Amino acid sequence: MTALDVGQALPRRRAEILPALTPLIVALAAAPFIGSFSTFVTLTAAGLAMGMMIFTMASGLTLVFGMMDVLNFGHGAFIALGAYAATLVFAPLMSWSSADSFALNLAVFLLAAIAAALICGAFGWAFERLIVRPVYGQHLKQILATIGGAIIAEQLLYALFGPAQIPLTLPRTFEGSFVFGQAAIEKYRVLATLVGLTVFLGEMLVLNRTKIGLLIRAGVENREMVEALGYRVDRLFVGVFMAGSALAGLGGAMMALYRGQAHAAIGGEFLVLCFIVIIIGGLGSVGGSFVASILVALIANYAGFLVPKLALVSNILAMVAVLLWRPRGLYPVSGR
Amino acid sequence: MNILSENPPRGRALQILLILIVLALTLAPFLFHGAKALNVAAKTCVMILLAASYDLLLGYTGVVSFAHVMFFGVGAYGVGLALYALGPSWGALALGLAAGAALSLMLALAIGLFSLRVQSIFFAMVTLAVAYAFNVLASQLSDLTGGEDGRSFTVPAVLQPSFRLVHDKVFGVAITGKILTYYLVFAVVAAAFLMLLRVVNSPFGRVLQAIRENPFRAEALGYRTIFHRTLATSISALGATLAGALFSLWLRYVGPDTALSFSIQVDVLVMVVVGGMGSLYGAIIGAALFVFAESYLQDVMAGLSQAAADVSLPLLPALFNPDRWLLWLGLVFVLAVYFAPAGVVGALKADEATWE
Amino acid sequence: MSAALILEGVHTHIGRYHILQGVDFDAPAGLTTMLLGRNGAGKTTTLRTIMGLWRASKGRIALGATPLQDLPASDVARLGVAYAPETMAVFSDLSVKENLVLGARQGPLDDARLNWIFGFFPALRKFWLSRAGALSGGQKQMLSIARAIVEPRELLMIDEPTKGLAPAIVGALIACLNEIKATGVTILMVEQNFRVAREVGDEVRVMDNGRIVHRGLMAELAADERLQSRLLGLSLDSHQ
Repeated sequence: MTALDVGQALPRRRAEILPALTPLIVALAAAPFIGSFSTFVTLTAAGLAMGMMIFTMASGLTLVFGMMDVLNFGHGAFIALGAYAATLVFAPLMSWSSADSFALNLAVFLLAAIAAALICGAFGWAFERLIVRPVYGQHLKQILATIGGAIIAEQLLYALFGPAQIPLTLPRTFEGSFVFGQAAIEKYRVLATLVGLTVFLGEMLVLNRTKIGLLIRAGVENREMVEALGYRVDRLFVGVFMAGSALAGLGGAMMALYRGQAHAAIGGEFLVLCFIVIIIGGLGSVGGSFVASILVALIANYAGFLVPKLALVSNILAMVAVLLWRPRGLYPVSGR
Repeated sequence: MNILSENPPRGRALQILLILIVLALTLAPFLFHGAKALNVAAKTCVMILLAASYDLLLGYTGVVSFAHVMFFGVGAYGVGLALYALGPSWGALALGLAAGAALSLMLALAIGLFSLRVQSIFFAMVTLAVAYAFNVLASQLSDLTGGEDGRSFTVPAVLQPSFRLVHDKVFGVAITGKILTYYLVFAVVAAAFLMLLRVVNSPFGRVLQAIRENPFRAEALGYRTIFHRTLATSISALGATLAGALFSLWLRYVGPDTALSFSIQVDVLVMVVVGGMGSLYGAIIGAALFVFAESYLQDVMAGLSQAAADVSLPLLPALFNPDRWLLWLGLVFVLAVYFAPAGVVGALKADEATWE
Repeated sequence: MSAALILEGVHTHIGRYHILQGVDFDAPAGLTTMLLGRNGAGKTTTLRTIMGLWRASKGRIALGATPLQDLPASDVARLGVAYAPETMAVFSDLSVKENLVLGARQGPLDDARLNWIFGFFPALRKFWLSRAGALSGGQKQMLSIARAIVEPRELLMIDEPTKGLAPAIVGALIACLNEIKATGVTILMVEQNFRVAREVGDEVRVMDNGRIVHRGLMAELAADERLQSRLLGLSLDSHQ
């Protein structure tokens, strides 16, 4: 939220530019090693798309932590639920998905996205009431309770949807790639990038242009003072939690479509990635998570091409490197 | 009692429960017949050590770390790979154990020092990420570690199942290498547990608890918390390494699933919380309960699931499916966190208090 | 006309520490009451307890006829209580403007009121869109006070506003407080600086060891050096 003030003239709040440029620096550094321009474009596009999906999943988590010091290990459950929610929409609407109509294809995608967001938002409300609220302020219990909640949620998902992966097919329009000479960019990746950018811009607008956003930003810094100014921070928090869960669900749905299948294991897998991203970005900073998501995804893609064995741990290495440079993340929030 | 470091379990119910568990484990090969039962007993021993060493960190020092399973894996792979590469000799075993211990110590130190640099709230998340990385590495470096499939290996002759110590059966049981392995595991775990007991009841252990209660105060009183925390992490790590080594020795196999998966970490967490944080005896109870449930609860659930299916009840068959046993344990876990934060140990002690 | 603040037998425990041990006092309506005392006497704890940030374990707190003691901080604030804490608590990542917007609960910022505030604290106009974190200590203090007075309130609680401020700014602060007083709001202020206390305070309450040990008119205390020495250990004059 401090990083990219779009279209504002100086000398408004000035943010440090260097951390935001790290993805660019990484891309430029990797380019010579990759050699071929078309491969570079493909990898970078893939990285951007992946980064957008990760950002969608992670941004809610950073605000939840930033505002209330709640380390929600159950966040992965929302990601998984979102994936399954998408299957619920796609199953009866298979004909829309396979139809040769952009409108129908888009419609089923949007319906799935909205369904995932709504279901996970509602589930987030329940999770906050039942699991998180009773242990506000007690860090250890919170960690334990949310882990327990995550276990229960994952098992319930297996019970409800079965232990096997559920296949998902991309709607017709989004299959295949755009080809530019030698470079191929998957159509779905473009869609994912658009969705991610929309989410990001939407969040920035809310955070920077609305009173609620103002309250959230202030709450991340000093929750107590916001209360002393007369605002019900706990209500605000529930809203943030629900929004974060909804976004996680949306991200999960998109990721499931991308992979072609929905499975509860996606929750645990991306939970770790979300933690890494919000640590790198700075706890409580949406802009930081945005930069960090792109950074992590680009590094993973480039590493996957250049040093395959290291690809899966590349994000851990990135985290360690960033923390050695900036111990509180790329865009730390004041007062933490 | 000096062997229990002047801190025996208090409360009649607790004492009885512990004696039962210990007796069952001591005489397991003779009391219970069949490979599965012995497996359960061996795994219980290993988990007791794993849980107790974790409780040193979580319950006594108040440090939340998700890297414990990583040390377990280091021990398992150390012994496993050594025996695989160097053949079934005691020398290889010792070398593997030493190598594992050394690596664990280095990792523990690195983690301890890293925690200096970052905020404590990062620490839990960072340990999670690091443990995850280790898991991935073990799968990726398949030339070394055997990848996803892991490595099977041969153990020293005396410990092999085909070995017979004496010709005749003792109390109706053939004393094979398997039984000997079991008692090796049991003895080492017992010794390690008693040493951990000594640690937590020493002045060092009391400082750890002071740090857990109020780190700032402890610092103000002159204790260098970073030193204590790092030492506690190291001891805890060594305990886990030893547990891992014993486990892989027992299984004669090491692989990512049995040695490094995050589910093991979650299991240990459940054991410690349900048993009772801040109590090593709680680790015994928690580990025993968990392994027992894991092994036998599933049979019970299978029965319930079938019964529900027979009566065509919706959803229940799926909920009672034996594969979903973790769901119920998860529920118990969450309930324990809210209503019984002192675990079984705390609940038993509370009952004691009302008697007086 | 604002209401009076009344505390009766208020106890506050923080963990194991019994900080407030039966605080009884009143801050009369429309007047400025100074809360003095040694460090550690419990002055900040008193303000925080009134504000609802810490819950009193015993006793009664009332603003006029409305009881405050069991209300959460947001409810206390909505009853018309403004709090400028010792730590200033400005939101560093927000702009000066945004900080003040948060203080103005009832609606958009009132231009007339803003101009009046800028009259005392011109720096706030200058740094209107800048990050509050970039302000100097004194400017942050101005912002903290400004946020508390950006809308009319029933009760103003201010904790050590002049700590570490340059004398010129202290002068501006006194001028500002005097004009605020003129609007008839009840003020409860913790202050170590005697000049400010004497110029602004109508009444004085002295705290020691979690209790009120003296209550009376500020002017009387200011004139009585022996009483000052007994209550505060030093004469008020040396609190410069």
